[in-house]
Amino acid sequence: MQMDWIWGLVGGLMIGSAAAMYLLINGRIMGASGIIGGLIDRSGWGSWAERLAFLAGLVAVPFAMLPLYNVEVSTNLTGNLGVVIAAGLLVGIGTRLANGCTSGHGVCGISRFSLRGIGATVFYLLAGGLAVVLFRHVWGVI
Amino acid sequence: MLRSLFSFAAGGLFGAGLLVSGMTNTEKVQGWLDIFGNWDPTLAFVLGGAILPMMLAWNLATRRARSVLGEPLPQPARGEIDRNLVIGSLMFGAGWGLAGLCPGPAIASIGWGGTGGVVFLLAMFAGMYVAPRLRQRLDTAALALR
Repeated sequence: MQMDWIWGLVGGLMIGSAAAMYLLINGRIMGASGIIGGLIDRSGWGSWAERLAFLAGLVAVPFAMLPLYNVEVSTNLTGNLGVVIAAGLLVGIGTRLANGCTSGHGVCGISRFSLRGIGATVFYLLAGGLAVVLFRHVWGVI
Repeated sequence: MLRSLFSFAAGGLFGAGLLVSGMTNTEKVQGWLDIFGNWDPTLAFVLGGAILPMMLAWNLATRRARSVLGEPLPQPARGEIDRNLVIGSLMFGAGWGLAGLCPGPAIASIGWGGTGGVVFLLAMFAGMYVAPRLRQRLDTAALALR
């Protein structure tokens, strides 16, 4: 538990290096919601192979790393399917309306001092904090 | 082909980082957002750690005309905070807080996320599918109000 922040930092450096690689080699901004969303609403079909390859790596590599962990890894996602569906819809619609999520606006936007990236991060952190406070401490749903 | 290969590698490193950092663990994400409960600062280290190499990369990118594979590099950030950015980010944040998953980790954890993970992804895909139409409606409504 005390080591968590070190793993957070190491993992963060890996995430940032992946984004740096994607920018400097492929010339693209690494935004998860944009890469997925472009395939779903067809706006990104011109670069479908690059997008699918990214998603394939995103799924395959962490899955292949699971045996490195002694304890069983879990996402600890709530079993309340109503909450899961509502959350998924909100994340899907919200990230596409805002044109970015934690990776695109958060990592790639803040690091270039983009006003939109910083603004988006402030708003999604505010809403996220409020959602947890309301649904956990006030209503006890999650 | 080369583009896809490096794309696969970037996606893989991104996924590995999400797993290592704890971003695929919804308890850690909700613990970070839970400022009035047992607050968990780990995600600050994740975001800080991720921003550092990217700041260097943006710095390098401004001094080059093209990427290593000869692609044009993204233009300098412009644009302002508009209505869709605010509404979208508020919706995204609410969903992120509710489930503790954002798009990257939701995809990365599909191999071990169980039924709930699949349901979340399907709902997220559905949301992404209707988003362009919703954006159009919002824009039309805003025009009518003007």
